[in-house]
Amino acid sequence: MTPLLETRELTMRFGGVVAVDRVAFTLQEAELRCVIGPNGAGKSTFFKCLTGQYRPSSGDVLFRGESVAGIPTHAIARRGVGIKTQVPNVFDGLSARENVWIAANKVAPGSIADKRTDAAMERVGIAGIAQRLVGQLAHGQRQLVELAMVIAPEPDLILLDEPAAGMTDEEVDRLVGLIAELNRRHALVVVEHDMQFIRRIAKTVTVFHQGAVLIEGNVADILTNDQVRDVYLGKQAA
Amino acid sequence: MKARLLPIIGNLAVLAAGLAVLFGLPAIGETYLIINSTIFAAFAILALSLALIWGYAGILCFGQAAFFGLGGYTYAVTAINMGDTTVPALLAVLVPALFAALLGYFMFWGRISDVYLGVITLTVSLIFYRFINQTAGEQWNIGDAPLGGFNGIPATPILNWPGRPGEQLAPEEIFGLTVGLLLIVYFLCKALLATSFGRIIVAIRENETRAELLGYDTRVYKLAIFVVGGALAGLSGLLFANSVFVSPTMFSLPVSGQIIIWVIVGGLGTLIGPVIGCILMQFLTNYLGTLSQIKGFGWVDPNLVLGVLLVIFVLVVPKGLTALVSDTWRWSLGFLRRPRATAPPAGERVPNP
Repeated sequence: MTPLLETRELTMRFGGVVAVDRVAFTLQEAELRCVIGPNGAGKSTFFKCLTGQYRPSSGDVLFRGESVAGIPTHAIARRGVGIKTQVPNVFDGLSARENVWIAANKVAPGSIADKRTDAAMERVGIAGIAQRLVGQLAHGQRQLVELAMVIAPEPDLILLDEPAAGMTDEEVDRLVGLIAELNRRHALVVVEHDMQFIRRIAKTVTVFHQGAVLIEGNVADILTNDQVRDVYLGKQAA
Repeated sequence: MKARLLPIIGNLAVLAAGLAVLFGLPAIGETYLIINSTIFAAFAILALSLALIWGYAGILCFGQAAFFGLGGYTYAVTAINMGDTTVPALLAVLVPALFAALLGYFMFWGRISDVYLGVITLTVSLIFYRFINQTAGEQWNIGDAPLGGFNGIPATPILNWPGRPGEQLAPEEIFGLTVGLLLIVYFLCKALLATSFGRIIVAIRENETRAELLGYDTRVYKLAIFVVGGALAGLSGLLFANSVFVSPTMFSLPVSGQIIIWVIVGGLGTLIGPVIGCILMQFLTNYLGTLSQIKGFGWVDPNLVLGVLLVIFVLVVPKGLTALVSDTWRWSLGFLRRPRATAPPAGERVPNP
């Protein structure tokens, strides 16, 4: 079976720095995968290669068996990939509802967009702030607005870069429930470095270290792995 | 409910004001007033063209004057050669639109950043200015039309009734046409912004990356609105050519700068603001011009006063007159309501201006 998402020898260099080093990554349909690693491990660069924000130096990214490496972001999104970036990318000057509507309208113009907008806002739990200007919302609420924008088009694959950053405990609780619920219908890749959060949502975990995949496996095994612990505590992996 | 009502009242007020000018001014019967008002209305369309692409699409085009002049010159040159002005009038809109499409293609597909976009558009208008300025002499005749160098084309033909080349429009008719077109363009812009295309344009202004992450090819949208802006500036140039005549100053730096001043003074992100800003600033320029002719006021330099005014606006009222008026209105409403305990919730929807 063709995997939903696959990278082959994916490499991203910035001058002499190799940020992502020959990464082979495979995600099956409907899978939930967490990508973790210490700061500077190459998680976000890897993420940006997947979303078309960076053109990989070499190697390939395959979505359902078709190469998408180096094609523009909007073209990747159109294939059914929902993307949430690390820094919230929202439309600050517009209301929360207008934000989500713009997202829904891309795949379902007209009155269906209105229905999808309301459904997505209900799912994320932000129906109460629909008319507020997004620029005036708290950081966590902005994250939720962006999440609603990501799910409104009903993408096949959802890519989340540090979705829990800046959220209150209550909002994190909601996010944990939401990710589990999303995973029933969508495949997800979640990039995070908050171990507490990973513990609550993860099934399979890929650990990045110095641009390469250090280890991949079940969440319970990974979190008790000595090598992973050393990397996180900053010891030299001997 | 009240929030829905407000824009309707606003639209009716604009329509009423427009119709009052359209039918009221000719009744006074002063030709000078009519011609001056025609120029104001033509400039107001130019203000709308930038209000649309800068205020709503976030594209700071420093060279709307290029499309303005191109519209005027296209009209003058083709009208002199063809006799009948119907086709030239259409070309005056089409040619700037096509030129905007070409220029926009290179700028948006080249992913040029905002600052460079401003520089390139300004440079393009200045290239036109320099080029047209040196077109004196017979080698620069296009058919029967002399480009005329820095003198321009004083013999710019006046529009005639479609298909009847002999019957030129009277100044009152040019005035009616210009003000009528201003009203039509204003409401068409309103309608355009209410469509999903318009909503996406505003979203792209707010965050281009997010729009792309959602699957919108932002280049296409920006190019489309840029072409609309070019076409409107061309239309403005056509109407200006009919109330004055075409000359290289249409492409000049002061014109480019003026359009930006109108938008800033009136209010960026609104349509009515730049129109009001344009008309107020034109009144002021004219008034200062006459003032400086009076003995004892010779030191008054209109450009200096306008420059000071712009600085004051940018520093004190950066959101422009429209925002100033609506903020004051909201503030005084809140002041009146304060004794009653029922203040509206803080997040009440602000109607789109």
